[in-house]
Amino acid sequence: MTDMMDRPAQDRPNEPRAAEPISTSSEWTFELIQQYDEEIAKCAAEFGLDTYPNQVEVISAEQMMDAYSSVGMPVGYNHWSFGKQFLSTSKGYQRGQMGLAYEIVINSNPCIAYLMEENTLPMQALVIAHASYGHNSFFKGNYLFRTWTDASAIIDYLVFARDYVAECEERYGLDAVEEILDSCHALQNYGVDRYKRPSPISATEEMQRRKEREEYQQRRINDLWRTIPKMNGDEDTERSKVRFPEEPQENLLYFIEKNAPLLETWQREIIRIVRKLAQYFYPQRQTQVMNEGWATFWHYTLLHRMYDKGLVNEGFMLEFLQSHSAVVYQPPFDSPWYSGINPYTLGFSIFTDLRRICENPTEEDREWFPDIAGSDWLETLHFAMKNFKDESFIQQFLSPKVMRDLKFFAIQNDDQEDVYRVTAIHDDPGYRDLREKLARQYNLSYREPNIQVWNVDVRGDRSLTLRHVPVDRVPLGGTTDEVLRHVHRLWGFDVHLESVDDGTVVQEAHCPPRNETPDDLIKP
Amino acid sequence: MGMTHVVDRRLNGKNKSAVNRERFLRRYRHHIKKAVSEAVHKRSITDIERGEKVSIPSRDTDEPIFHHGQGGKREVVHPGNKEFVAGDTIPKPEGGGGQGQGQGQASPDGEGMDEFAFQITQDEFLDFLFDDLELPNLARKKLKDTEAFKYVRSGFTSQGVPAKLDVVRSLRGAHARRLGLGGSRKRKIRRMEKELEALKSAPEDLDAAFSHEDQIKALEDEIAELKANVRKIPFIDEIDLRYRQHVKHPQPATSAVMFCLMDVSGSMTQMHKDIAKRFFILLYLFLKKSYKKIDVVFIRHHTSAKEVDEEEFFYSRETGGTIVSSALKLMHKIIESRYSPSEWNIYAAQASDGDNWNDDSPICGKLLADSILPLVQYYAYVEITPQDHQMLWYEYEKLQEQFPESFALQQIADPGEIYPVFRQLFERKAA
Repeated sequence: MTDMMDRPAQDRPNEPRAAEPISTSSEWTFELIQQYDEEIAKCAAEFGLDTYPNQVEVISAEQMMDAYSSVGMPVGYNHWSFGKQFLSTSKGYQRGQMGLAYEIVINSNPCIAYLMEENTLPMQALVIAHASYGHNSFFKGNYLFRTWTDASAIIDYLVFARDYVAECEERYGLDAVEEILDSCHALQNYGVDRYKRPSPISATEEMQRRKEREEYQQRRINDLWRTIPKMNGDEDTERSKVRFPEEPQENLLYFIEKNAPLLETWQREIIRIVRKLAQYFYPQRQTQVMNEGWATFWHYTLLHRMYDKGLVNEGFMLEFLQSHSAVVYQPPFDSPWYSGINPYTLGFSIFTDLRRICENPTEEDREWFPDIAGSDWLETLHFAMKNFKDESFIQQFLSPKVMRDLKFFAIQNDDQEDVYRVTAIHDDPGYRDLREKLARQYNLSYREPNIQVWNVDVRGDRSLTLRHVPVDRVPLGGTTDEVLRHVHRLWGFDVHLESVDDGTVVQEAHCPPRNETPDDLIKP
Repeated sequence: MGMTHVVDRRLNGKNKSAVNRERFLRRYRHHIKKAVSEAVHKRSITDIERGEKVSIPSRDTDEPIFHHGQGGKREVVHPGNKEFVAGDTIPKPEGGGGQGQGQGQASPDGEGMDEFAFQITQDEFLDFLFDDLELPNLARKKLKDTEAFKYVRSGFTSQGVPAKLDVVRSLRGAHARRLGLGGSRKRKIRRMEKELEALKSAPEDLDAAFSHEDQIKALEDEIAELKANVRKIPFIDEIDLRYRQHVKHPQPATSAVMFCLMDVSGSMTQMHKDIAKRFFILLYLFLKKSYKKIDVVFIRHHTSAKEVDEEEFFYSRETGGTIVSSALKLMHKIIESRYSPSEWNIYAAQASDGDNWNDDSPICGKLLADSILPLVQYYAYVEITPQDHQMLWYEYEKLQEQFPESFALQQIADPGEIYPVFRQLFERKAA
C-alpha cells in the first residue's frame, strides 16, 4: 500500500488542497452519495469524460442477486435458466464468494448503476466512479455500442419483450414458450449480424409493425414454399446447383425466423426477441477487456484526483485501494485460483501503460509506438476507447512492458504431437507473436465455431444444411447433437451439419440422427 | 451532463427472481421429487420440517451451445511465466486429452459428473413431498352460518362497543383535535398578551384622550373571552373515539378430524414404532400443510386405550399385551361426544404390527363395520411387519371388500416403503 501516494504524474500538482474531506466516516447517506457524485462528476469533466445522464439506484443484496441473475437486465422475460442463475448466485453469496458488487451497470440512457446498501462509503464512491463515469463513457463513446445498440430504447424494448413473452405463455402455455426459448437460447450466439449494421431496437416500432410483419412474413414464407415437392429425379442435377440461400448466412436465428416453414407467428416473434437481445449484448461480449479496463482505469484515476484535491482522506484511500487491488489481481497460470486472464487486469494494465507511454516514453516505446509516445495522453486514451474492440485494441496497444509485467507466454497444444510447446514468451523475439496470439484469443469468431446456413433443400425434403468451417482442425464439442435438436425443433424438418475443412467433410451430425426414425427423437 | 439521479430502490420488490426460480423448480420437478423422497427416508422424525439440498447432474441443467471440442491445434496465452523459454516442450499427461496447463478445468462438454446443487426451502420441500396428495373423499360440508365465520381484525372504526375502544388511538385523535381547534386561538392570546404588556409598560400619557386604558380594557376582555373558548374545547370528544373493527370472514367450508391410532404394546419393537412414528409424522405434516382447520386426535393402546397429546403419542413408552378393540371403542366414544359426523369429516389411520389377541380381531372387524366405518370418510390401516399376516389383517381384508371406498390397508416392511405406501393410501382420487 505504500505506493499509494507516490503514483507517477500528479495531475495538477500546484492546486491547493481542500481544507476538509467530504466525510470521514465510512457510513453512507443519500446526501453523501449525492455529494461524492458531484465531486466525481467534476473530476470526470476535467478529464473530458462524456457520459449519458446517470441514475444511481441503491438496492439490497437480494436485489443485487436478482440483477445478477437476469444478466443485468432490469426487466426481462421469465425463463428457467435465469432461475438457475439465481440459485447459483445466491449459493455463492451465502458462502461469501460473491465478488464484485459493482459489476452491474446498464447500457441505457440514463445509464443505470446499482449500489448495494451493505457497501461502505468508499466502496460506493468506487462504484460510482467505475460504473457511472467509466462504463457510462465507454457505452457512449465506443464505436461498437454507438453502431449496434440504442441506449435510449433498451428499457422500453425489454418491457415489450417481457410482456410479449408473458402474453404468449398465457395463450399457448408455459411449456410451448419454454421450448421455443430453450431452442433460441441454444443459438443466441448465432443470432447476430457480425458485419452489417442492424436496425436499432425500438419498442414502439416493434409493437406498431408487429401486425404488418405478421402478414408480410407469412406471405413471404408461403412464396418460398409454394412449389410442391416433385417426385421425379429429372431435376435433381438442376436443383443441386442452385442453393438457397445463395450466400451462406451467419445469422442462424434470423434465417430461421424468416424462413422456417412451420413456425407460428408468435414463435417467430420470440426468435426475434432473443435475436434482438443477443444483438444488444454483442458489443459487450467483444469489449470486455476494454470496457472493464477503461472503467477500472477511471475509478483509479478519478479517486486519486479526489485525494489530490483533499476531498478524501488516507483512510478512504486505503480502503479503496484494497478493493482496487483485489479487482486487478491476476493469479499466475499455476495457481489454484487461476481461471484464465483477468480482463480487469489486462485492460487496466494496457490503459495505464498507454498513459505512461504518452507521458514518460522510453526508447522501447518510441520504437514500438512512434505515433503515440509523447502524445497527449487523454486524447490517445479516448481515441483507443472509441475506435477499437478487444481484439484490435490488444493488437494495437499491448506493449512489451505489459507483456513483461504479466509474464505472458503461449502454449501450443496439437493433438498430433505428444508434447505441449511453448511457442512464445515475453522477450524480444516473442513480443509480436505473443501479442498476435493474445489478440486472436479475443476474436469472437475464433472463440466460437464458425457455423453458417449453407443450404435448404427447397424442392426436396426441405432439410436445412449448416456448414462448419474448422480452424486448425478444432472439431465441434460434445453438445453439438443437442444443439442440432434445437435447430430441428425450430426448423421443423431434417437438419444436417457438416464440418468442411479444405473441401472435405471431416465431421457430420444429423437430426434426426441417421439410422433412426423421427419417432426416436427425444425432446431436449 | 445532467444531474445524477439517486434512487432508493430497496423498498421495491426483491424476489424479482421468484418466478424464474419457480420455473427452474418446475422444469426439474422430477429430479427434485426424487431427491425429496430419498431425503424423507433418511431424515429423523424431528427434522422433517426444513429445506433440503438438491443435486442435479449438470449435464441435465446445462444449456447446450455450439462450442469447440477437444482436438486440433490451438494456442493459449497464459500469465505468470516463471521458467519457460520459447521452444520448451512439456510432456502431455498420460491418457492425455487434457488441455494445456489448466488442471481441473471443468469439461466444456458437460460430460463430467459435476452436479448442479441448490437449496429448496422447507415449504418447497413439503410441497414436493405432498405433491398430488389430497385427503380422499373430503366432502365439502356446509357449516351452519353461525360457525362458518370468524371475526378478524380489520382496522379501526368510529363506532363500536366500549370493550373494543382503542385508548391510544382515541387519545391521539383527541390531542390532534385540541391542537387543531385551539392552536390558532392560543397563538392569538399570546400575541395579545404581548401587546397588553407593551401597553401597560408604556409611559402614561397625560392627555386622557390618548390614554391606553380603553385599549387595555378591550384587550383584556378579548383575552378572557378567547381563554374561555379554549377552555371549552373538550379534552376528549365523541368524535375522537376509535374502536377496533372486526369483520366476519367466511371459514373454509371443510373441517376434518384425523384419528391416529397406534399400537404401543410389547410386541411392537423399536423398529416398528419408529416406522409407525414416521408414518404418522408424514401424515401429521400433510394435514397441517393442507388443511388449516383440522383436529387431530391421538389414541395409543396396548391392552387399554388412552387419548394422549402429540408429544406423548410419539415419545412415551409402555409395555403390555394387545387389545386393538380398546382403541376402536375409545375412538367411537370420542366421535360421539365431540365430532358429530354431520359437522366433521372424519379420517382415521391405524398403525400396528398386526399382533392382536386372537379373540379380539373379530370384535374389531365388527366394531369397524357397524359403528365406525359408516361414520368416517376414510380409514387407513398400515401393518408394519415383514412377516406373514395374522388374524387382524384377514379380518380387515374382509372389510375392504365391504367398504372399498372408505377402507384401505397396506403393509410396510421397512422404512423405505413408508413414503410410497403413504402416497398410495392418500393419492389424489380422480374427481
